[in-house]
Amino acid sequence: MSNLTMSSPTPISKSSGITPTPPEDSNSQVAAPAFDVKNLSIWYGEKRAIKDISIQIPARTVSAIIGPSGCGKSTFLRCLNRMHELVPRTRIEGQILFNGENLYRPGSDPAMARRRIGMVFQKSNPFPTMSIEENVLVGLRLNGVRDRHVLNERLEKSLRMAALWDEVKDDLKKPGMSISGGQQQRLCIARAVAVEPEVLLMDEPCSALDPIATARVEELIRELRTRYTIVIVTHNMQQASRVSDRTAFFYVGELIEFGETAQIFSSPRERKTEDYITGRFG
Amino acid sequence: MIAARHDNNGWRKIKSALASVLSMCAAVLVIAPLGLVFFYLLQKGAGSVNWNFFTQLPKPVGEAGGGMANAIAGTGELLGIASLIGIPIGVLGGVYLAEYGTSTRNWWLRFVADILNGVPSITWGVVVYGMVVLTFKSFSAYAGGLALGFMMIPLIMRTTEEVLLLVPNGYREASLALGISRWKTIVHIVIKTASKGIITGILLALARIAGETAPLLFTAFGNRFWNRNLAEPIAALPLQIFSYAISPYEDWHRQAWAGALVLVVGIFVINVLVRFLTRGRTATVL
Repeated sequence: MSNLTMSSPTPISKSSGITPTPPEDSNSQVAAPAFDVKNLSIWYGEKRAIKDISIQIPARTVSAIIGPSGCGKSTFLRCLNRMHELVPRTRIEGQILFNGENLYRPGSDPAMARRRIGMVFQKSNPFPTMSIEENVLVGLRLNGVRDRHVLNERLEKSLRMAALWDEVKDDLKKPGMSISGGQQQRLCIARAVAVEPEVLLMDEPCSALDPIATARVEELIRELRTRYTIVIVTHNMQQASRVSDRTAFFYVGELIEFGETAQIFSSPRERKTEDYITGRFG
Repeated sequence: MIAARHDNNGWRKIKSALASVLSMCAAVLVIAPLGLVFFYLLQKGAGSVNWNFFTQLPKPVGEAGGGMANAIAGTGELLGIASLIGIPIGVLGGVYLAEYGTSTRNWWLRFVADILNGVPSITWGVVVYGMVVLTFKSFSAYAGGLALGFMMIPLIMRTTEEVLLLVPNGYREASLALGISRWKTIVHIVIKTASKGIITGILLALARIAGETAPLLFTAFGNRFWNRNLAEPIAALPLQIFSYAISPYEDWHRQAWAGALVLVVGIFVINVLVRFLTRGRTATVL
């Protein structure tokens, strides 16, 4: 997968000359962070899945979260748009500020947060009863948008943004499940961007795709970063190095290191990070 | 050693053949009653099923001919009233079980629904007689429909729950992640995805109650004319069959056979419809 001919925005080779100790906070303070997570802990029943994580995720960049299975990557991602609340008996401690506002303000509607913070899942999941068009527009329609003009405009815009328009523009009425797996995943991205969120959370979006479809989605992620804050969980380190600006390494529920992707992959500060990215475990 | 294994093999083959023959016999015995019912009803009733049977009112005693048009329409009306009660409550109950309930509450709800499913149908008749007929001092279509509706609720509730649970969680998550509220997600995504299965459950419940006689005996009561007021007694096919079958008149016996045939064919058609809706699906009834 790593040998695909794609121009990575941050190739590893270029970064080899970077000094091993870039100031940790200077980058994230360039702009106000999209997410400011303070001392976050998450429990599933008795099990503590996330342990006291503090991290600032900058806006309009791609941040990748890597780490071995079961290290809490997905759990962390899911609490950025309150999706983890769907699992019974979860408990959260600490604070997450989204654009300076408390994401977990008591009494606030999780649906409002999710409208601004979209999500793309590991397994592409277009709604089986809906056509391609209905799939893209479902978020708008069910949130009360009726204007045919707005819907048409958003349909094309979203599909173009997901780099799918040219492939499906003549088949908009066909079932969403009728297109290929890679196209379905891009349809899910179109569906997520149609409601115009500010953030896209991606939970291993390519893990069920073949290398060519993966390349298309990765290309798309890099295009989307000019408009969205993207947080992507991946178990594929090459993918993290290809698509992300910054990378966080999680290990058994703890954040080990977060920094420029180039720096993480060339000269990690932590021994554990180095062991993981060089394949000594995980 | 080799010989012993051979022997063993031979005995195993005999046992296997024996088992398949026995289970085939059992399978035939399952189908046999259905074949018998159809055969018998066709033989006895087919001759009396004619245009008049579907279009005419019963004739007074002693006069030949007439039909069961009012009973057929009455069964339709009763099923309609039962559906108005049974479908919304049953479907919403199933939605609660599948989407909202906690495990303890669900355990109790399922337990109660299963008991309700097992309640003898005459009991529903008695209960509704006490609740409605005595209160309003009249047998009525409402009372009959209510008794049938009560029977539909647990049936529809359990099938709805089952098909909703078959909807993959990924669809719920995808919808919620778009900022769509929980209720809209359930109505527009989950129920829509499972709609064929839910309709199947409703049809099966209708087929189940369409032939019920006991709950109607002292609720709908039956009559021999067109029902123009749902607050008055109403005819139903099973009731008419019952009263004709126990009558001393040869002509009425023939009509009872014809009525039974029509009823069974109607239920058969519903079941074929269900098969059609669920065709090509084995694991999922979505």
